[in-house]
Amino acid sequence: MVKPNVYRSLGLNDEEYTKILGILGREPTPTELAMFSVEWSEHCGYPRSRNWLKLLPKKGKYETLIGEDSGGIIVDGLAIVFKMESHNHPSQVEPKQGAATGVGGIIRDIFTAGARPIASLDSLRFGPLSEPYNRYLLRGVVDGIQFYGNCLGVPTVGGEIYFDESYNGNCLVNAMSIGVAKKENLARARAKGVGNSIMYVGSSTGKDGIGGCSVLASHEFKEGEEKRPTVQIGDPFTEKCLIEATLEALATGHVVGIKDMGAAGLTCSSSEMASAGNVGIDLELERVPRREANMEAWEVMMSESQERMLVCVKKGKEKEIERIFQKWDLNAVVIGKVTKDGLVRVKDKGKVVAQIKARALTEAPIYDMPYQKPDYLDEINKLDLNKIPEPKDCNDVLLKLLAAPSLANKAWVYQQYDHMVQTNTVVLPGSDAAVLRLKGTKKAVAATTDCNSRYCFLNPYRGAQIAVAEAARNLVCSGAQPAAVTDCLNFGNPEKPDRFWQFKNCVEGITAACKFFNIPVVSGNVSFYNESPKGSINPTPTIGMIGIVEDVSKVITQYFKQKGEIIILLGISRGELGGSEYLRQIQHQVKGDCPDLDLRLEQAVQQAALKAITKGLVSSSHDCSEGGLAVALAECCISNKENLIGALIDDLPRPSVEAKALNYSTRKDALLFGESQSRIILSCPKKHVFVIKDIAAKLKVPFQAIGKTGGQSLKILDGKKTLINLPLEKMAQKWTNSLQSLITA
Amino acid sequence: MKFGVVVFPGSNCDMDCFHVVKNVLRQPVKYIWHKETTLDGVDCVIIPGGFSYGDYLRCGAIARFSPLMNAVVDFAKAGGLVIGICNGFQILLESGLLPGAMLRNTNLHFICKYVYVKTENSKTAFTNLCKKNQVLKIPIAHNEGNYFIDQEGLRMLERNRQIVFRYCNQTGLVDKKFNPNGALANIAGITNRGGNVLGMMPHPERSSEGQLGSADGFLLFHSIKKWLENK
Repeated sequence: MVKPNVYRSLGLNDEEYTKILGILGREPTPTELAMFSVEWSEHCGYPRSRNWLKLLPKKGKYETLIGEDSGGIIVDGLAIVFKMESHNHPSQVEPKQGAATGVGGIIRDIFTAGARPIASLDSLRFGPLSEPYNRYLLRGVVDGIQFYGNCLGVPTVGGEIYFDESYNGNCLVNAMSIGVAKKENLARARAKGVGNSIMYVGSSTGKDGIGGCSVLASHEFKEGEEKRPTVQIGDPFTEKCLIEATLEALATGHVVGIKDMGAAGLTCSSSEMASAGNVGIDLELERVPRREANMEAWEVMMSESQERMLVCVKKGKEKEIERIFQKWDLNAVVIGKVTKDGLVRVKDKGKVVAQIKARALTEAPIYDMPYQKPDYLDEINKLDLNKIPEPKDCNDVLLKLLAAPSLANKAWVYQQYDHMVQTNTVVLPGSDAAVLRLKGTKKAVAATTDCNSRYCFLNPYRGAQIAVAEAARNLVCSGAQPAAVTDCLNFGNPEKPDRFWQFKNCVEGITAACKFFNIPVVSGNVSFYNESPKGSINPTPTIGMIGIVEDVSKVITQYFKQKGEIIILLGISRGELGGSEYLRQIQHQVKGDCPDLDLRLEQAVQQAALKAITKGLVSSSHDCSEGGLAVALAECCISNKENLIGALIDDLPRPSVEAKALNYSTRKDALLFGESQSRIILSCPKKHVFVIKDIAAKLKVPFQAIGKTGGQSLKILDGKKTLINLPLEKMAQKWTNSLQSLITA
Repeated sequence: MKFGVVVFPGSNCDMDCFHVVKNVLRQPVKYIWHKETTLDGVDCVIIPGGFSYGDYLRCGAIARFSPLMNAVVDFAKAGGLVIGICNGFQILLESGLLPGAMLRNTNLHFICKYVYVKTENSKTAFTNLCKKNQVLKIPIAHNEGNYFIDQEGLRMLERNRQIVFRYCNQTGLVDKKFNPNGALANIAGITNRGGNVLGMMPHPERSSEGQLGSADGFLLFHSIKKWLENK
């Protein structure tokens, strides 16, 4: 008789245990119980989120492919495969290894699809750097990403780093990877063909990471718990060899299916490959290569040792596959075979220790979670600007914002990542989106990650829509057509109705925005239980988006190129301060509603900018986001440190009549630092202004020439009043040095 | 002429070097697996960057024992052209083909960024198309690029004009301020006494096409081609 404290310690509840008894018609063996506990965990089985994820659109402009472990699009016969995944709890517990294995895991999802990984991005969120532990986390996470990614030779080309109190006690590490393959070389994560062999390849199995997905990833953090033993240890050298060996093995045509042993290790890979192929799998555990003696069967089935994969190989071709892995000094051992009975049958030393229908493992129970709007929200959404003093010195405010860690330059981080290996990085980190050329074609892929979680906290539905809109805007600013999304949905405990309400609204927001823009969600990941005793994180639906550049020679960057050019603003400045970085950093408030979003206007602004860029009319293009117009302009001036270029803004955009009617503010802080969406700053030679104006007019996009480039300062005038006048060097210094000095404090 | 790119387990710039030779320089090139024992008629050996054997031990310390390295040492001793880039430079130091050693970068971090180097010797097989003192914009990407050699060794390098590249600023000023990793005397690249073996930390293959931000690195590949043509 299995005692309740046993299954509960594995993360199963009473109802789930009763369900298992029903499925098996008997008591589970220890191995079976362990297998159910990992497969039914939120991390693997998505029992609480699956119903809602069905809403996300799967079709868009480009042909999509939705694989078992990743997704992508097809462009001219080339498959671009990508996915983002969280490694939050492991990173909170052991930042270096947690982040390293997060990178390793997502990259395995890409090359097991048959694609060569060409780039990674990382979306990172921490509590304020004033806390020593948060500094330790940031340093450790960055160290883990560079340790793993650099060794692999996959460039880390972009991402984002945000700091917010809500991540105290629960940081977020969302890793995204992109790969490229010829369409015909794509591989599936399934077993097929009765009698075919199941091979284990890669590193040997140890006791590391046992319960990583169930005990660690699927529960909140509580005080004083020791969870370090559930974190895995990464070995990037082995993974590098595994990439080369796997791609070589797939090229033989003898591989029927292949799957990473990531979360839930052998249990997950065997049951999901069997289930996806409608077959059964017999495993003989004593053949599994081990690095530790005296491992119990359930430990072997649950281990999350890294750099291992399960491969279904055509009968008779095992030796050939074995030779390829041996060339790279990697294990390749036949540990089982495909059967027709649909069962995952695990034998250890001749004795059957588990025998379960694969489907029963992979089809976790679905829960209808109750949700309810949090009662604090109405109060927080109220923002009375009359109670907020207008700043006397806007120069001071701008310098403070440029030095705010979420906005400051991130060179201290990305210079630790090899972002150039593979020689495809056409736009280096530090612009709106990373751009990677596709060798042998004229095309390029642009990629970005985005989410303003403060917006999502204030208004989950619109905040999530803005995350999608801003990601697309960033891609457009580089000259790319937005193409497809991977989402990494980070939330608190889904069993609490207010948290689940945030989740539901964010998913609905992403769905609405993606449908409107005709952008599919091709892959993704849900991470619940991001809570510490201090409370839940902000709802953080991180959007990873890729776009396609038709002609790589037309790619552009965010910084001004030369003096004497005209600066144009596309879009409407409404003077919205709710949820802004200004309100947070300068007024120390998180209040109001997040900025408005008119999807039609957003789309028109993006179309106009992209048209101007692809016609070669534009010298620079930058999205206007956190910190508002003033910060965006400053970034245009200073983000190319070898060529700082000043600007004079003599026609400050003011709210339109329509916006005034909605009672938006015309205060100077709202005009300078308000975060109205759907705005793009362009610069261009004088002779192109009217052509761009014409493009904007045809698309009904508000257009305003607001000033020109040149000089040694950023000067912003409001009529005759000078609101901002700052030397470039001074801004550059604040912006460039801030993060490093906060980290090494 | 034929180029060979050596592949160790963990090499990760092998494909980048191969790409530049094949598609930019337009010369025949092949990969040579580290377990091979002969170079089979190549005119120039490229030891690419990466993390051979994960660099879990001292960088390059294991790779130098690969069977192929015996053939590379014989080839170099016979005057053959060998260029080691980044991890390749570290392997050349470990195998004794070049003098000195690498320490960790002084800031103890991996550094990836564009730097400037001054061509101190434009008469070598690798730099003959560079102008005298030409400043090249080439990126670095390494953990251990802090070159070290004893005083006597440094004097020898200087006397024999073996220092080919030093870190500098955009205008060619060599100063500590522009030294990214702490390397002794701002050294970014050196040759052996015979001038036929070059080791350098910056990556010329990453700056061989203007699209990537600089084509200065291509001068090295082009110089090698010209030198071999005139041999």
